[in-house]
Amino acid sequence: MNPETFSGDAVIDAVSAVFMVVGALMSLAAAVGLLRFPDLMTRMHAATKPQVLGLFLLLFALGLQMRTWWVWPVLVVAWIFQLLTVPVSAHMVGRAGYRTKHLHPELLSTDELEAVVQQAAGKSGFTEDDGDAAAGRR
Amino acid sequence: MSRRRISLRQELPLLVWLVIVWAALWQNFSPGNLLFGALIAVLVARLFYLPPVELGGRFNVLRAIPFGLHFLTRVVAASFQVLFLAVAKGPKVISAVVAVPLRSHSDLLVTATGHVTALIPGSLVVEVDRSTSTLYIHGINVRNAEDAAQVRRDVRNTEAGLIRIMGTKAELSALNQELGS
Amino acid sequence: MMQIVLTVTAVVLSLAAGGAIIRIARGPSLLDRVLAADVLLAIVGAALCIDMAVNRHLNNLMLLVAVSLIGFVGSVTVARFVADRRELPRES
Repeated sequence: MNPETFSGDAVIDAVSAVFMVVGALMSLAAAVGLLRFPDLMTRMHAATKPQVLGLFLLLFALGLQMRTWWVWPVLVVAWIFQLLTVPVSAHMVGRAGYRTKHLHPELLSTDELEAVVQQAAGKSGFTEDDGDAAAGRR
Repeated sequence: MSRRRISLRQELPLLVWLVIVWAALWQNFSPGNLLFGALIAVLVARLFYLPPVELGGRFNVLRAIPFGLHFLTRVVAASFQVLFLAVAKGPKVISAVVAVPLRSHSDLLVTATGHVTALIPGSLVVEVDRSTSTLYIHGINVRNAEDAAQVRRDVRNTEAGLIRIMGTKAELSALNQELGS
Repeated sequence: MMQIVLTVTAVVLSLAAGGAIIRIARGPSLLDRVLAADVLLAIVGAALCIDMAVNRHLNNLMLLVAVSLIGFVGSVTVARFVADRRELPRES
């Protein structure tokens, strides 16, 4: 009985150790992406998204290490908060970046928003949102 | 539609979520704490009034679990893909802004699809056109029209999965008809 | 074993934080800097998480939730502000 529980503990420890290292690597991925990608939009891909997986792995490792059931709801709530907030902030920063021309057109293979924005600019914006977009591209 | 009374059934998911957050933050799931949390949840929902989310009226758990697992595997795969791109391609990476017309016109589904798409690394929602329910997605490493078609297909598959989980009956039958034909 | 994990993750996170700080210093635009600051905040969160997992306590859990929420509020606010400021000179 005793050796078996010990090996179970060792397995849990090993799994959480692997998760922690991979989770830390995800942070490094964000930093490498920040340094190496050419414009704001591609940097955003590297910066915000690997963090979702990284925090998931780290919280999972923390839950495994604590070995009590009542930490899991807190960890799940923390992760869900991240799931809800990351896309919103990414969208806000990305939209601001697109409207202020923070991207290199030569690095885009197609831009299907460009034509729509041009058209909206021609019509001088019938809604507040389109007006904003038109003003940003002028 | 100003301050229309919303039924308790429509508000219930929000209240349950607030109670769970309350109990999780206190790390205390005793009945007394849950009751107090429910009281505060009702108070908050009444005082800080928000426009109600128009739910489809159904939620299919059996569809939701495989969708969640599929979502997790895609997040893992795409995270490593972005890491590989950052290390290998670096400054020479080619991306694109792709317009993806969605089937559904409900705010909830468009929001959920955009959220799930944005959470999967390699795609980012730049702009939303609500009148035609089109998402403009910035995809990384999209070099030609084929890759753009792949992005479009992925997003529309995500939407189909979400419609199966929580779309209205009309959207579901329209989806089945489209896939059947 | 936990000591090895702690060392490895400390090195990895330090490198990541260094990269983020370089981008904050160099970033050509304000949005780049906001993005890098967001990443730095996430790295701080990751470090808190690893500290809790290795030393088996939960003292920083609320701090972790607060840090991620503050990062969200900060970047959304700045993104909104930047969009407005940069559009004004072009219109007039």
